[in-house]
Amino acid sequence: MRSFVERHTFWAIVILLAAVLFLWMIFAVWPEWLIDTLGRKKTFVNTLLNGVTLGGLYFLVASGFTLIFGLMRNVNLAHGSMYLLGAYIGYEVADRTGSWFFGLAIAFIAVAISGILLQYLVFRRMAGDDLRQTLVTIGISIIAADAMLAIWTGTTYQFSPPDWLFGAADLPIISVIRSSGDAVYIKYPIYRLAVLLVAVAVGVALWVFLNRTRIGMMIRAGVNDRDMLAASGVNVQMVFVLVFAIGAGLAGFAGVIGGTALSVAPGEDIRYLLASLVVVIVGGLGSITGAAIGALIIGLAEQFGLAYFPTYGVVLTFLIMVVVLAVRPQGLMGGR
Amino acid sequence: MAKIRHLMAAAIALSFTGTAVASAEDIKMGALATLEGAFTVLGEDGMRGVKLALEEFDYTAGGKKIKLITGSSDASPDSAVRAVRKLVEQDGVQIVVGPLSGSEGLAVKDYAKTQPDVTFLNGSSAAQDTTLRSPAENFFRFNTEGAQWMAGLGEYAYNEKGYRSVAVLAEDYSFPYTQVFGFLEPFCRLGGKSPIDARFWVPIGNKDYSSVIAALPDDVDAIYVALGGADAVNFLTQYEQSGGDLPLIGGSITVDQSVLGSKGKARSFVVGTPSAGPVSDTWDDPRWKEFVAAYKAAFPDGFPSPSLFAHAYYINTKAALLALNEVNGDLSDGQKKYREALSNLSFETPTGMVSVDERRNAIADIFLTEVIEGPDGNLLNKTIKVIPQVNQTLGVSYEKFLEYGQVGRENPSCS
Amino acid sequence: MNSSRLFSGSFSLRELHPATIVTVVFLIAYPSFASNFFILQIGAYSLILGTIALSLMMLAGYGGMVSLAQLTVAGLAAYLMAILGDNSMGVMGLGWPWWLTVIVSVLGAALFSTFIGAVSVRTEGIYTIMITLAVAVAFFYFVRQNYVLFNGFTGFAGVEPPTLFGVYWRDPVPFYYLTLTVAAGFFFAVYYCARSTFGLGLQAIRDNPRRMRALGFNITLHRIVAYFFAGVIAGFAGVLLVWFNGRVSPGTIGVDVAIDILVIAVVGGMRHPIGPFIGAIAFVLLENFAIDLIDRERFNMVIGTAFLLVVLFSPDGLLGLWNRFRDRFRFRGNALLGAERVNKDDPASTGSLEKS
Repeated sequence: MRSFVERHTFWAIVILLAAVLFLWMIFAVWPEWLIDTLGRKKTFVNTLLNGVTLGGLYFLVASGFTLIFGLMRNVNLAHGSMYLLGAYIGYEVADRTGSWFFGLAIAFIAVAISGILLQYLVFRRMAGDDLRQTLVTIGISIIAADAMLAIWTGTTYQFSPPDWLFGAADLPIISVIRSSGDAVYIKYPIYRLAVLLVAVAVGVALWVFLNRTRIGMMIRAGVNDRDMLAASGVNVQMVFVLVFAIGAGLAGFAGVIGGTALSVAPGEDIRYLLASLVVVIVGGLGSITGAAIGALIIGLAEQFGLAYFPTYGVVLTFLIMVVVLAVRPQGLMGGR
Repeated sequence: MAKIRHLMAAAIALSFTGTAVASAEDIKMGALATLEGAFTVLGEDGMRGVKLALEEFDYTAGGKKIKLITGSSDASPDSAVRAVRKLVEQDGVQIVVGPLSGSEGLAVKDYAKTQPDVTFLNGSSAAQDTTLRSPAENFFRFNTEGAQWMAGLGEYAYNEKGYRSVAVLAEDYSFPYTQVFGFLEPFCRLGGKSPIDARFWVPIGNKDYSSVIAALPDDVDAIYVALGGADAVNFLTQYEQSGGDLPLIGGSITVDQSVLGSKGKARSFVVGTPSAGPVSDTWDDPRWKEFVAAYKAAFPDGFPSPSLFAHAYYINTKAALLALNEVNGDLSDGQKKYREALSNLSFETPTGMVSVDERRNAIADIFLTEVIEGPDGNLLNKTIKVIPQVNQTLGVSYEKFLEYGQVGRENPSCS
Repeated sequence: MNSSRLFSGSFSLRELHPATIVTVVFLIAYPSFASNFFILQIGAYSLILGTIALSLMMLAGYGGMVSLAQLTVAGLAAYLMAILGDNSMGVMGLGWPWWLTVIVSVLGAALFSTFIGAVSVRTEGIYTIMITLAVAVAFFYFVRQNYVLFNGFTGFAGVEPPTLFGVYWRDPVPFYYLTLTVAAGFFFAVYYCARSTFGLGLQAIRDNPRRMRALGFNITLHRIVAYFFAGVIAGFAGVLLVWFNGRVSPGTIGVDVAIDILVIAVVGGMRHPIGPFIGAIAFVLLENFAIDLIDRERFNMVIGTAFLLVVLFSPDGLLGLWNRFRDRFRFRGNALLGAERVNKDDPASTGSLEKS
């Protein structure tokens, strides 16, 4: 940090000024001229929060994707199907037992198991054949999508989270001050804040797991040099299975989290697969930090696009991707 | 090397070349619906409508047996044309019922022009231009379309509800454009306002409305929402979650029974939301009740109540069969007599009398509904009013109606 | 290279296999005995899909670059036809003469393909499939949202081929021969390209980019040029596609259709340019007649299973399946040969990707 300030004093000042301006925009009551140019503050702050929370959700999905790729060079294009499968399983369990948290746990476990099966039955047999593995995942996702459509039909499912997670809370941010002098505070859905918290918690847990535990060390070693790790006596297959289980489980977990925030319906698999793709392309394949940064950028871009120029909002995220590729083909945090 | 397999391909192709020969006594009817992809459920319900009508006639019309052949699309116009082409050119059907969605309807209408000897009846597609601009001589639509469905809602919102300015939130494609047009045209003519910058067009399939909700203006009286299915469910939940408190006005599929009855949180704040459409689930008319009872008896695994897709397919199939009876199954001379019979047909349906105008689009009754809380706490659509015999030009002349221009994001301008 | 004969073996008229002659005769005589439906919707449509898949096969089979954006490239050409030429929607339709429209459309598509190539080839090989998928989706969203140029969700209708030499080229028989000519032309172009200096270079880059770079080849340029040629093929196919459908809309270039193209190429086989056409015929027959045999609802399940089985057990598609079957038949005593061929060490198998 310090060395950065010393080396790039100019940029450090720019970043600092931007941060101050940003905080001012969030907490200050907006003057007229700013409202004239950007619209109401309520829109801006809400969109900002939405972008950050959506980024959190994307991070949950994309972290598993990038973890699996980082270690196994396997672009798992069935990752979106795992998200949707987790959501459906979680719904069934939550609906039968009446416990949302139980559904969340089972979704994680069930999809993790499906990931283990996939790794054990399919990918292990074609190790090193990256492209074929990827094609296999496409085949699996086509079949899985159709099977899920057959089982759960095209109906939309919505979770019933615990009541204390539902509804809106007042944030300590003033939206406008009425002529009467009363301050109007910004309201924000509690559940969305919970999503953000969960994403941060998962991110921190992953970081600790990868950087502070023995298994995490093995995984990092595997990312750097798979053959060397195997040569040093580690059962690489077990590490692969473990990583696949965590990655897939996170997708299933995100399925319930995301399905509760929005809803569960066919087509969500492709949506989240694409979101993960763009997130990791922007962030850099194989990097957890990259996934976090990518998710934040894409989440913000998507929400600001939707609120301020809905017509081309959806294209914006892809535009960011192309720009990143043109400037930094390996992604923002990609090392290779 | 790679040559013998050409033979295989040739053999496979050859074995399919024989065209099926129909018995001279039978009439072949093709039914086209979306039976794959995310809209499968709707397409299946459409097919139930077709079968319901056929069973009512015992698969016989005009003294001839009706043979039903189904075709499937994936809701894209290309696949609809491929499926209908197979029905007509390969299976040799003489009458086609379908397709399901608006853009498919436009594509099939264009195809109909190249097959003058076949008669096409719409399924449930509701795009305005299928019959309004450059219609096909042999394409009939006995169900009403998106703008007609809104009949009476604009007046109701202005006069009864007293709304003077509304924001619009709708999906960004032709069907919602048509609905918004149908709602705003009378609303704005009466003096209501809906500025262009208070209209939010979100991409179809968007699930996250939170930022759009944040961007909705506060200084309007109500929000007109034209979203369908999953999108509508998502919007309503998120609107409630973010503490939204403006009253809503619904499009035809925004607050229908499938949305109100969907699993999840209760949405009591939608009570009082007016809407309009071609069917009303809770209409206590004996004709409608009889239809619902027949539907339930024939398809125990269907919806609790026939959807507007089953309804539209049913009406179109029934029209096809009634006209066949009228001409005694005579489809000769390029089906000239048959089409005349269809043009002059006027018949009783579960939702009132239906006939077609000179461009072969339905004139039928429209239902104005409002969401109420039922006796056991569930939400229902109560029929407020039946708007009788709405035509496609909404009461003005054809020439005048064309002057309104094509539906789109900014039609009517309304400011 | 054991299987090099497949795509780069010696070839001359005298060595023509009788089956080839039968195939050629069959393809030419096809309209004389087939119904209009079979000429157009099975014959011509298979050839069009096959040509799009051929452009993918060229990139993936020879270049090791699996691009999911080839349908997007064809779609751009189709859209340009509607925008620059005539359509019945009252949006755009600049009314250029047909030959100019075709040239510009194909060139536009080729440039777009080159752009996609330029963006994706700089990265590692496995990136290609992701980036091209993302490009395909971005383009799909863009045309769906843009009304000024692409007429949004509705798209264009009423795009027709010209009437030339007194022939209306949308009639089944002339249209069939038109697609046959284009498809056959590109088939042979790809077939010979594989043996040209360029084609051999491309395959060598696929197998060992590092060595090729050391030998002084500009591998990035080589790959981008391959994208340009693939764009020309896909562009022509796109022109035919819009003439075939008479219309083009975002649904024409959706992700599911793009995946279908991949399925066609992989199921058919990526080692020989005939593969995509075999895949296309199988796909089109299934698409049209599955509803008569099985429940149409589960069409995607059938397609997906076929694809998965092929990828799992016969990486070279139906083509490879046949080759293996025949090899085993021929070298009964030496079955090892057939097995070795699909070994992953075989650089010609689809599975092999550059290893850096």
